[in-house]
Amino acid sequence: MANLALTEAVYYILLSLMKPMHGYGIMQNVEALSGGRVRLAAGTLYGAINTLLEKGWITALPGSGDSRKKEYRITDTGKKAVETEIIRLQELLENGRKIMGGDL
Amino acid sequence: MRKTIRKLFWAWDFDKEERWLNEMAAKGLCLISVGWCKYDFEDCDPGEYSIRLELLNQKPMHPESVKYLEFLEETGAEHIGSYMRWIYMRKKKADGEFHLFSDNESRIRHLTRIIHLLTLLTAVNLYSGIYNLILYFAWGNPVSLLGLINLMLSAGLVCGMVKIWHKRKLLKEEQRIFE
Repeated sequence: MANLALTEAVYYILLSLMKPMHGYGIMQNVEALSGGRVRLAAGTLYGAINTLLEKGWITALPGSGDSRKKEYRITDTGKKAVETEIIRLQELLENGRKIMGGDL
Repeated sequence: MRKTIRKLFWAWDFDKEERWLNEMAAKGLCLISVGWCKYDFEDCDPGEYSIRLELLNQKPMHPESVKYLEFLEETGAEHIGSYMRWIYMRKKKADGEFHLFSDNESRIRHLTRIIHLLTLLTAVNLYSGIYNLILYFAWGNPVSLLGLINLMLSAGLVCGMVKIWHKRKLLKEEQRIFE
């Protein structure tokens, strides 16, 4: 698992969930974080949330008052996955810059 | 004003169906309910809504689907109606672009679901087609010749399946390079 790349969607969902957020909040946050480049569609997001819940990388927070909307938050396992991914991305970036040169 | 249009789209042409519904919405006719080969429209502002359809794993009343539909509605989409396991959703264009899938993986999963549906329908038609023809040759009852219709339908279903297979293959090839 350690060497597998996270998908862009999963990476940004995990980052978003450092703060508790509901589905629509994640969509808006990811779009803002990526400067409008990454727009998660609701169906794709729903699939990703369920997979991450099953893996135990995120958890659903117990119902918050009158709000029907479910909120999610990253778990320690999830944070570990993001950290591993950052190290992997760092390596990709450094090698890319070193070899392609220029002022990238 | 209400308007009903009868039109047939095969399951493998779901994107054509979606395009047509969006063209209608752009003209100011918004889908309000669906049935077998039947679409009911109502006037709306031209281009007010975007429409998307999806084949679910389960019937729309199933708890899994209910949870999914609730999630979609939280994101600002509205459930217009369903036909069998197909759901029809709409979202105001003013609230932003509307898609149900944003990566190849979920698009591929959706196409696989359609392939499973078509496989099941082909199997049922093939079975009753062959069964009826055996009856025809055994007893000579001309009604059993209706089995030929089942065989023709199976052939059509296989053609449709090939279309979806091809579409899925292109996505899978793309996925080898891009996420």
